Amino acid sequence: MIQLIRIELFKVFRKWRTYIGFIAITLLVALVETAMYFEGQHSIDMMTRNLRDSFVFVGNLLNAYFVTYLIFNMLAVHIPFLITLVSGDLLAGEATAGTYRILLTRPVSRMQVVTSKFIAGKIYTISLIFWLAVMSLGMGAILFGFGELIVVKSGAVVILDRADVLWRFLLAFGFAALGMSVVSALAFFFSSLVENAIGPIIVTMAVIIIFFVVSAINIEIFRTIKPYLFTNYILSWRLFFDDPIDVGEIIKAVAVLSGHVVFLYAVSTIIFKRKDVLS
Amino acid sequence: MQTDEKIIEVNSLTKSYKNLLAVDSLELNVYKGDIFGFLGPNGAGKSTTIRMLLTLIRPEAGTINLFGKSLKNERKTILGNIGALVEKPDFYNYLSAYKNLEILSRLSGKEIKKKRILEILEIVGLASRKDSKVKTYSHGMKQRLGIAQTLLHNPDLIILDEPTTGLDPQGMKEIRDLIIHLCNEENKTIFLSSHILSEVEQIANRMIIINKGKAIIEGSVQELLQSSELKVTVEVTEIEDAKKLINNSGWSGKLDSAENGKMYFKISSEEIAELNKFLVNNDISVNAVIPTRSLEQFFLKITEEAA
Repeated sequence: MIQLIRIELFKVFRKWRTYIGFIAITLLVALVETAMYFEGQHSIDMMTRNLRDSFVFVGNLLNAYFVTYLIFNMLAVHIPFLITLVSGDLLAGEATAGTYRILLTRPVSRMQVVTSKFIAGKIYTISLIFWLAVMSLGMGAILFGFGELIVVKSGAVVILDRADVLWRFLLAFGFAALGMSVVSALAFFFSSLVENAIGPIIVTMAVIIIFFVVSAINIEIFRTIKPYLFTNYILSWRLFFDDPIDVGEIIKAVAVLSGHVVFLYAVSTIIFKRKDVLS
Repeated sequence: MQTDEKIIEVNSLTKSYKNLLAVDSLELNVYKGDIFGFLGPNGAGKSTTIRMLLTLIRPEAGTINLFGKSLKNERKTILGNIGALVEKPDFYNYLSAYKNLEILSRLSGKEIKKKRILEILEIVGLASRKDSKVKTYSHGMKQRLGIAQTLLHNPDLIILDEPTTGLDPQGMKEIRDLIIHLCNEENKTIFLSSHILSEVEQIANRMIIINKGKAIIEGSVQELLQSSELKVTVEVTEIEDAKKLINNSGWSGKLDSAENGKMYFKISSEEIAELNKFLVNNDISVNAVIPTRSLEQFFLKITEEAA
């Protein structure tokens, strides 16, 4: 199994499309941080304008933590798109290239093949989130240094001490990786259904956008299904920046997202095992 | 060396796609040491059968035993002893030939050394291009690489699905020679799918012809060819004079039909020269003598029907 995962990772990281995500993240982070370097103070002033009459703000509020927090909001749409580029190609790409015929006629089970690809997709997803974290915190540290984190939530402002932030980010990165794993699993699932790698990318993005819209519209029928939509929890990494942290809400989000990953993996495996290879 | 040991045993194999019956209760046996020709026109069900032999497609009904073991129950063990090239040779185009073979060797379940990979690339004549990405390869080179990956893990059974497609005559000859070498010198059993009868005739010792998913003829290539009648087409300038001459001679019983300047005879190959001499000696200008076996005609007919 380890051998198969290594082979899948080798294939993933030998493809040009794999690096599109890393390059895009580098550019996005550089753009946002450059913009914040010139305009960031204005944003901080806007956020704190109502409080300036009552409080005196000291220290470095425009810092790596603040910028990273802003950048992480890209997890809603931008990063999922980059993840689908690779995850949507994992199974369908083999069908398009016709390489199923050499892969599945080897003495390895389909279960092993699908599992190794699924794990390779997860490793790519985690490495992309890790790169996002390293880039945004690293570039932020160089440009702005570290300081207290100021977060605006539903009209309230939370200010976290600089010594109290890094662990929250580490947990938020982990949570974000889980959230993006659902996106990866969804693209993988669509990839198991078709023989063209473009289809899974488009369909996954369409599903994410539709689910986000459904989550955002506040009507009764959507309110019923909203708790079961993974998009409702993708941005729940923000919960780690509450004070105090709502552990129950985080556990619920982790359970829903993990459930999605397991379910999508199981369905993809069943489909792949029963699939007739005609490509 | 051919023996009675069955390497492939297929019973009542059936597969359909929606309303199309692709393989219909197919039975076939391939013995150790055979070069087994699997013939049929395009769409006859050859590739579907091969894909079922390799577990790429699930049969609807029937059983497949390979090396005396059930494919359903012992898939991994069986596939470890098969090398297969299914339809066109597709590889990871963004990797070199060497890297492709390295990946496949790791999936073979056997320890394959770098030396073996290089040796195989040498055999198929790709050693000098081993580090080039496959996307830069011509079709012929990919076909050679396809053959290379079938030999990599030294399997006992090699399944080749139209391995000479797209090759130039020299390339076709080289592949044919390689197949004969593998069978005679390395004791491999070869299952060779083709839609070209002459190709199978040249190298196979046994064959089956299938059409519309059904087996039509199966047996030893030599026996099938000997048993098949020879039909000779004689093209002449003076057709009426020739007909009269033939009808008044001992050849009349062997004339099948005559039309449009052509006469069709059912005769043995030894009689061709005699018939030609008879016509020429009686002042009939013979433009051409074309021998066709009934097996060939039959195969041509089903091929045309399929097209």
